Amino acid sequence: MNYISSDLKVVGTRPIRPDGVDKVTGRALFSADTRSAGMIWGKIKRSPHAHARIVSIDTSKAEALPGVRAVVTSADFPEISSEMAFVGEGPMNFRDLSDNIMARGKVLYEGHALAAVAANTQAIADEAIALIDVVYEVLPHVIDVDEAMKADAPVLHADMFTAGVNPKPATPSNIAKVVTFKKGDIDAGFAAAEVIFEDSYTTKPVHQAYIEPHACLATYNPDGQVTIHASSQGHFMIRAYTAKLLGIDMANIRVNPAEIGGGFGGKTLIYLEPVAVALSRKSGKPVKMQMTREDVFRASGPTSGASVTVKLGAKKDGTIVAAQQVLKFQAGAYAGSPIGPGCMCGFAMYDIENIDVLGYDVVSNRPKVAAYRAPGAPISSFAVECAVDDLARMLGMDPLALREKNAAVNGTKTHYGPTHANIGYTQVLEATRAHPHWKAPLAEGHGRGLAVGFWFNIGGESSATVHVNEDGSVVVATGSPDVGGSRASMGMMAAEVLGIDISKVRATIADTASIGYTFVTGGSRVTFATGMAVTQATEKVVEQLKARAAQTWDIPVDAVEWRDGKAYPAGTNAGAFEPLDLAAIALKQARTGGPINSEVSINAQGAGAGFGAHICDVAVDKETGKVEIIRYTAIQDVGKAIHPSYVEGQIQGGAVQGIGWALSEEYIYNDKGLMENPGFLDYRCPVASDLPMIEAVLVEVPNPRHPFGARGVGEVPIIPPMAAISNAIKGATGLRMPDLPMSPPKVRAAMDAAG
Amino acid sequence: MSSLSYAAPTSVDAAVKLLAGASGLAKVLSGGTDLLVQMRAGRFKPELIVDTKKIPGVIGIREENGAFIIGAGTPGAVVEAHAGLTAAWPGLVEALDLIGSTQVQGRCSLAGNLCNASPAADSVPALYAAAAVAVVVGPNGTREVPVEQIPTGPGRTSLARDEFILEFKLPARPARSSDAYLRFIPRTEMDIAVVGCGISVTLDANGVCTAARCSLGAVAPTVLLVQAMADILVGNKLDADTLAKLDAAAQAAAKPISDKRGTAEYRTKIAGVLARRTAAIAFDRASGKATGKTH
Amino acid sequence: MSKSHVTTTINGEAAEFLCETQQTLLDVLRDVVGLTGAKEGCASGDCGACSVLIDGTLVCSCLVLGVEAEGKAITTIEGIAQGDHLHPIQQKFLEHAALQCGFCTPGLIVATKALLDENPNPTETEARYWLAGNLCRCTGYDKVIRAVMDAAAVMRGETV
Repeated sequence: MNYISSDLKVVGTRPIRPDGVDKVTGRALFSADTRSAGMIWGKIKRSPHAHARIVSIDTSKAEALPGVRAVVTSADFPEISSEMAFVGEGPMNFRDLSDNIMARGKVLYEGHALAAVAANTQAIADEAIALIDVVYEVLPHVIDVDEAMKADAPVLHADMFTAGVNPKPATPSNIAKVVTFKKGDIDAGFAAAEVIFEDSYTTKPVHQAYIEPHACLATYNPDGQVTIHASSQGHFMIRAYTAKLLGIDMANIRVNPAEIGGGFGGKTLIYLEPVAVALSRKSGKPVKMQMTREDVFRASGPTSGASVTVKLGAKKDGTIVAAQQVLKFQAGAYAGSPIGPGCMCGFAMYDIENIDVLGYDVVSNRPKVAAYRAPGAPISSFAVECAVDDLARMLGMDPLALREKNAAVNGTKTHYGPTHANIGYTQVLEATRAHPHWKAPLAEGHGRGLAVGFWFNIGGESSATVHVNEDGSVVVATGSPDVGGSRASMGMMAAEVLGIDISKVRATIADTASIGYTFVTGGSRVTFATGMAVTQATEKVVEQLKARAAQTWDIPVDAVEWRDGKAYPAGTNAGAFEPLDLAAIALKQARTGGPINSEVSINAQGAGAGFGAHICDVAVDKETGKVEIIRYTAIQDVGKAIHPSYVEGQIQGGAVQGIGWALSEEYIYNDKGLMENPGFLDYRCPVASDLPMIEAVLVEVPNPRHPFGARGVGEVPIIPPMAAISNAIKGATGLRMPDLPMSPPKVRAAMDAAG
Repeated sequence: MSSLSYAAPTSVDAAVKLLAGASGLAKVLSGGTDLLVQMRAGRFKPELIVDTKKIPGVIGIREENGAFIIGAGTPGAVVEAHAGLTAAWPGLVEALDLIGSTQVQGRCSLAGNLCNASPAADSVPALYAAAAVAVVVGPNGTREVPVEQIPTGPGRTSLARDEFILEFKLPARPARSSDAYLRFIPRTEMDIAVVGCGISVTLDANGVCTAARCSLGAVAPTVLLVQAMADILVGNKLDADTLAKLDAAAQAAAKPISDKRGTAEYRTKIAGVLARRTAAIAFDRASGKATGKTH
Repeated sequence: MSKSHVTTTINGEAAEFLCETQQTLLDVLRDVVGLTGAKEGCASGDCGACSVLIDGTLVCSCLVLGVEAEGKAITTIEGIAQGDHLHPIQQKFLEHAALQCGFCTPGLIVATKALLDENPNPTETEARYWLAGNLCRCTGYDKVIRAVMDAAAVMRGETV
């Protein structure tokens, strides 16, 4: 059923989330909060070098230390053959994942795990870690993406021959893959252009910087059954990876989803769980592990840094006729940067006849990248949206007008294949032009920037169950970890379908043994795909409720209708019965056929693409180069806001992560390839005093493929900020800042260079 | 396993005896906002921690004939709440207030900031500019040491292993005197200073500077007391010419390194910028034109 | 290794615990006392997730030794609600959707309590600077600040 044009009573309101009280009282249990009787502590020994051969590992002294229960190295893990996995948000090779959690032969970045210890106390475990003797042969390292692509760069993997080129290269390199997307005839496009603009851009790796470090508690029982408590964006993902990496049947692994303290893509793969299970197997004890903040920065996934060029050709009237982009993405130590989405998203907001995009996936001696909110798109769009802004200046056009003139519409064929359908980009641009911020006068010395962003959003496998309790209250369970309030929206959709008050519905997250397979919380898919599963499961419950009423009244089920939480006879012909409400039917469910429940598992298709536009005003201190965000507005097509507060929250939070990416966040390496800022002191996430309020403007163009019209929301808002800010700085200073972060020293240097 | 002991003596003598008697490394704990972080990072492994906060005088502020005596371990939040001190030494109070978060303000102290001996410490340039004197206690009694003689290099001080700072003395202020401290950081809070600048001045009735002390942080291995900057201010009003010379003197005095927080070139330029801005605030305050916080 | 015996008050109740010198108050609260509301996000005083009050003063419990709690009164997130009634700050965080993952929320609420105890009528700028030591990666702080300002108004008796 489709509720898009219905009179909605619950969807679109702002009830308090079901897990709210636990979270404001400190009762919510996150990964590190779980305990088990007899639990011991696991710690990981990590590489102090950026690149080295492991000559030997001597664990004998650690094993001899009183209180040490187990020590493991890669020898305790099965060798895994090269096999691509699609378990997390991006493609992952099982062998690489195995190597990443416990190095085999070589360490490929500072912080790379190479041994682990379990001991009675954390202090003993720390001491044991220090007692593990490792002999390294330090190898030359490479950090920068352009350096890593050079012919004489140190090669990380002797078996890496660039994929996607023909013929296959004869020698290994750090280029894992080449990706190309072409539309039209790029040469003819540039030949027809009257104005051509070209520039180069760089971005630094930035970390998701969730405040909760990775942690888990694992128990391996003597019968081979494993229980894991861990926070993640997908407990089925933890099960799949742990099963594969340790050679355990999935049925023998039960993963309980702890509350997750932020993920943003970074918890769509694993680091600790197989190690904790291996330590538990060896020690016979439950093993708890948690990363330090330094471990999180050094050894869990940031997103790629990149080097990007953009070339645009346009007619004098502003029609863009040719667009070319070359993207070089750092993958970290193993193949698998988000180069694909990077190549897809930069030009997807535009209707351009001739497009040519070339992308490189490049390894270097950094932690393996993990997904980060719209993986790849922010990097790509930073370059494109700066270039479009400069093209507008060359053409003497208003930057919004240039985007309006070239905007993708329904029916526009993208350069990566699909044709846009049911998109709300036009409405986003209309809302942008109409917004008071766009028209507000600028203060002296301030600059205003605009940038747009696109994310395709995904659907995928989701499972949901709906249980009608004996008293008529309802429990909804899904397999989707709740990273930002999704339990509230799941309960709301169920309440809407049932026609009952939201207070009568409680939504929860079931463990891997208690619900069907559900893909990770990522790709902005949960409200769309899991919401669809919840809606369908609730509709099945409604059918059962109608059937029970029909049975009670002894009339055909199609003579019963359900509205406002009650069964009614469908018409006068059906008979004159008093309506039966949910509680009344629930009370008698045992006598009318047993418990009323349903489970739905789907592979949801039709995730509606998302578009957003951000307007940013900045002030630039011309002496220090410091940029202050004065006003910020984010406009986005959200399809239908199920719980508008959490939709706004996604947009506000995404925008602020983008502001950090733009101005202050970066991985800083020294000449030994070691990270210099693995803490929140010098990895500078925005703090409350850095920011104004972030105005989120919800444009609602329903996605017809979702019962309530929802489309993914969480990823689009991190895409536009970097270019919006760079464009605003250009407005304030006349200078283009093409390199992220646009930190005070860089801005001041640019001003000095310009005189 | 190594074992770490803790003591919270209630007299100077007891504390000194503990420090002197320790066979391994002993560390003085006041606010702990640097000490605990460094212990966790493994920078050092003390065998004894001597918590000085229960010693009379270590926490608290008193005024004696216009001079202020600040207990060495007095938390930033307590210092900031002292109206008299804030009126007399707004720059110093602001500098201490800039260290870390509100949470850190609940613990951090002048002595900790000084003895951590970071060249980027926020309160230290302001202490130098204020001509503060550290009252150092040890086995041979009490000695008074100008603060600029305490840090000797990054993480190093001139204190003996059995000495610690009991309190700081700030001199009484002549009329038309005030101070200011500014630091530059990339965010608005929570960062370590890229450059810091403290300036204390006394003006005559015409606004001409009659005395000045100027300092720069994070541009050398220790905080610098820059006489050349003071020389430019003394005898002058803060006009464009004086400001330009002050900027140049600050840049000339700065000998920074490039690191994750800023390049040497950038730091040098910012030293000049901050010198001008800090002087402007200090002069305004001394002439009664401005009060209140700068951030 | 010998442990220290510490007598203290936690959330209004007399409490005793044994701890090693190097254990921080955060370690003690979480691993010894069993109060896991205060979170470890950094263990270096940079994220504020472990915020507690000691004798009413806001601190990072990761930057305090457990032994320093002797004779003090500690308030953690578990002690903010008044009996079975949420504190107005907690209620406003819920109403304004000022949390997404909720991991930083205990620290933010404790820090807000300290703010409003000291300054019942903060400006938005004062609230933002006071809370600058509490990192939140989900919300962009917008709804957090709105919740704080609204809670302040309620506590002043201006609105309900």
